[in-house]
Formats: sequence, C-alpha cells, structure tokens
Amino acid sequence: MRSIWRTLDRTLDRALDRGLLRDIALVCVADCVVGVSYGAIAVGSGFDLWVPVALSLLVFAGASQFLFVGIVAAGGSPIAATVAGLLVNGRHLPFGLAVSNVLGHGWRRAAGSHLMTDETVAFALGQDDADRRRAAYWVCGVGIFLCWNAGVLAGGLAGSVISDTDAFGLDAAFPAVLLALVLPSLRDRTTRRPALAGAAVALAATPFLPAGLPVLLALAGLLLTLSRDPDKTKDKTKDKNKDKEPVS
Amino acid sequence: MNDPVLLVVAILVLAAGTFALRFAGPVLRTRVEVPDRVEALLATAAVVLLAALVATAALTDGHGFAGIARPAGVLVGGVLAWRRAPFVLVVVAAAATAAVLRLLGVP
Repeated sequence: MRSIWRTLDRTLDRALDRGLLRDIALVCVADCVVGVSYGAIAVGSGFDLWVPVALSLLVFAGASQFLFVGIVAAGGSPIAATVAGLLVNGRHLPFGLAVSNVLGHGWRRAAGSHLMTDETVAFALGQDDADRRRAAYWVCGVGIFLCWNAGVLAGGLAGSVISDTDAFGLDAAFPAVLLALVLPSLRDRTTRRPALAGAAVALAATPFLPAGLPVLLALAGLLLTLSRDPDKTKDKTKDKNKDKEPVS
Repeated sequence: MNDPVLLVVAILVLAAGTFALRFAGPVLRTRVEVPDRVEALLATAAVVLLAALVATAALTDGHGFAGIARPAGVLVGGVLAWRRAPFVLVVVAAAATAAVLRLLGVP
C-alpha cells in the first residue's frame, strides 16, 4: 500500500493539476453516495453485511454488484447471478487492452487492473500525455476504491438511509460523467462514427439481450473504421510485420 | 436466505472472473506486440464502449425506457460538455435537472 502512495506522489507532482483532482474528487463523492445506497439496499433486502462488503472489495464493479444482489434477493440462484455479473463485466477486457500502458508492470499491473472501472478508464483516456494518463488512472482508481468501499460499509451499517439515489439525479450524473470525459474523443470524426454506430447497436439490442451484452455488441461499430480504409485493411498482414520493430 | 457456502463460492468466482477479465488485456498486451494501427483501434474500442454505456445508461433501465428525467438530465450535461463547460458544472447540472424534474412529478 505504501508504494502505491509513493507512485501516486511521484506522478502527482509531475502531472496532476488541481482542476483534474477536483473533477476526480467529485466523481469519487458521487460513487461514495451510490455505494451508501448499494450497502443499504443489499442489507435491506436481507443480506448480511459481509455480502455487499465482500462484493465491493473483491469484485469492485458497481453494475455487476447491483445485479448480483438483485438476482439473489429476488430468489435467483447465486450461480445465475455470477454469470450475469461476469457478462456485465466483460467490457473490462477491451478496456484493459486500451489502458494497459498506464498500469506498469508486476504488482502494479495486478493492482491497477483491479482498480479498473468505467470512470478510471474514461479519465485516463481523456488526458493528453502519458504521465497525466497514468496519474489520472491511479488517483481516480484508488480514490473510487476507497470511497466506494467506505460508502458501501456505511450504507450497510446505517441501513436504508439513502436507498433512492434517483431522487438526487445520480442516475443522470453517471452517464453525464462518462459523456463529458469521452466528448473530446468524439470531436474526432474517425472515432465519432464508430461510437455513434455502436451506441445505436447497443440501444437496439437492450430490449432483447441480458445486461452487459448490448454494450459489448457496440464494438461492431468498429467495423466502420475498417470499411472506411479499404487499402489499409487489405494490407493488414503486411502492416503488422512492418510495424513490429518500432513498438517498444 | 441462500446457502452461505454457495453464496461465498459465487462471490469468489465473480471476483476471480472479473479480475481475470481486467487482467487479461494488460497481460495480452505484453505478450503480443501491437502495431500502432491496432493500438489506435483499441483506444477507439474503449471510446466506443464508453459511448455505448452512456447511451444505454442514459436512455434505458433494464429492458425498457428510462423515463424522461434521466435522459433530460444527461442531455443537459451533454450540451454543457459540448459547449466546454467545466466538468463539475456538467455533472451537477445533469443530476440537478433529473432531480428537479422528478420533484415536479416527471418520471
């Protein structure tokens, strides 16, 4: 743990400005409030405190945690809840492919992987240079991990203090957070077209498919980036060999 | 409620599986050398996923529509973000719009 702080310290000095820290802090607070509601809902629907706490520490993925508790509380089997949760978390695989270079090596890669959330990935991708990306990822990841788990514990202990975060509009805040963070990328046409197509695919699939799958299907939007570049796709194998050397 | 042993196993499997999904990307990237073009594609893939998350989280709830208040809040936040308003304003305005609409009885 101490070396995480040392890493943070070093990257913080170099790369993080106050504005970014404030933005991350805001998201951490919002996550904490949702965590309180999650703990309260889980305990309120009959689980012992250790269930939401263990899920939050070990799984640390909000949407799948809500789903897990919801399915089991409704009388579903824990096995079905696990499968549903894994499906929702499938997006972390492509996320990991995209942000792997901010994680570092060895234990840092393992710890950083566990801290991966939609928000951390979005904050990291929103930064211009590698140092800022790394700093944003780690500060956001550690911050959300602490706030989320503290929130869940508090909510579980306090019971149904805040069980309806919709009343505060937090359900609108989270899409807005991600939207604000990806908008700079969406100003670029080559990214905007596949993103909009993917979002349309996900929306169209949502009524018919289990949670998690529609978002993964959005990756079909990437086909647009390929079809727009017929020359490059044709020469894919040649490119691969050619580019091998300069990659570090 | 449920068999506690089964519950523990289910939680551990979900935890291990989720970690594996998160860890697989970084591990694969160190094993396989990735051309710049593929690297760019992977970054785009993450944006595509995030955009799809925004769309589904803003407009849908379960398998149906999310109502009016939430999409309206996200829309206000999105317009502000597009006009390059500060991040804090974007997030607070999105939440406040949805909250006020609900207070007024809008679903």
